[in-house]
Amino acid sequence: MLLIPCPWCGQRDEIEFRYGGAAHVEYPADPETVDDATWARYLFVRPNPKGPLAERWCHSQGCRRWFNIVRDTVTHQIMRSYRMEEAP
Amino acid sequence: MARKHAILDGFASRFSGVASSSGGRIALREVPFSAQLDFRANPADGRVVDSVHKALGFVLPTDPNTAATAGGRSALWLGPDEWLIVGGEGEESLLTRVLHTALGETFGSVVDVSANRTVIEVSGSAARDVLAHGCPVDLHPRDFGTGRCAQTLLAKAQVIIHQVNDAPTFHLFVRTSFAWYLAEWLLDAMTEYCAEEPIGVSVPLGGQESPSPLRG
Repeated sequence: MLLIPCPWCGQRDEIEFRYGGAAHVEYPADPETVDDATWARYLFVRPNPKGPLAERWCHSQGCRRWFNIVRDTVTHQIMRSYRMEEAP
Repeated sequence: MARKHAILDGFASRFSGVASSSGGRIALREVPFSAQLDFRANPADGRVVDSVHKALGFVLPTDPNTAATAGGRSALWLGPDEWLIVGGEGEESLLTRVLHTALGETFGSVVDVSANRTVIEVSGSAARDVLAHGCPVDLHPRDFGTGRCAQTLLAKAQVIIHQVNDAPTFHLFVRTSFAWYLAEWLLDAMTEYCAEEPIGVSVPLGGQESPSPLRG
């Protein structure tokens, strides 16, 4: 069980949260003009590092806000937790 | 006109049995029909905050997981721009009017969510221990005292916990569809604080003690 620091509510149990995948995946500026390969890369390709990964979580059973954390995928150590409007 | 039916009506005798058999260490009851409004507004908008303050007597709390109370009404922090405004039975339209007036033309919303949740009041010296049986939030007084609230899970049911006084008394805002389940769980969790077993844990659902909410 992870203890996840919600930027609003503080440390809460993992069961209160919903996982939202990798953070900072950039939406194509002009989606009408990108080719299929670029679009597919945007839709399906995600980082899968062995180490720190920025990811989105939603405090679904609490304040229901989305936020980002940086989590080490090996040790589960959470290095940082920050609001959506804060810089990565 | 349809008769109002509190979702936990059928639990009344089992609830009252707890207070006596626990020697007053714990008591619980339902506080039905409270007016509850979901209010969204920009907390940085001083005009809105002032207007609510003038009308209802409290300043909308901006610290996460805190509540403000005045004149029997409360504002519970639900999010950075969202509060649950709680009032007495029948105050829905009064509170709606007050909050609409406070918002004026600014961006926000007022939604009557009174039917969403009922309130189970748990109080007494053992109340904190009972809740701790199924709650991942640290309820120790150094961290969670009067005027604190939290949206969390209690025995897997989503609840808003609000500590209203130092007795301590907690108000558990629970979805009506989870109210039976949570009442059964609370009664079970309270067994060890009661002298005998007066609370009829073995009464089956649908039995005399628990009338179906679909009837009447």
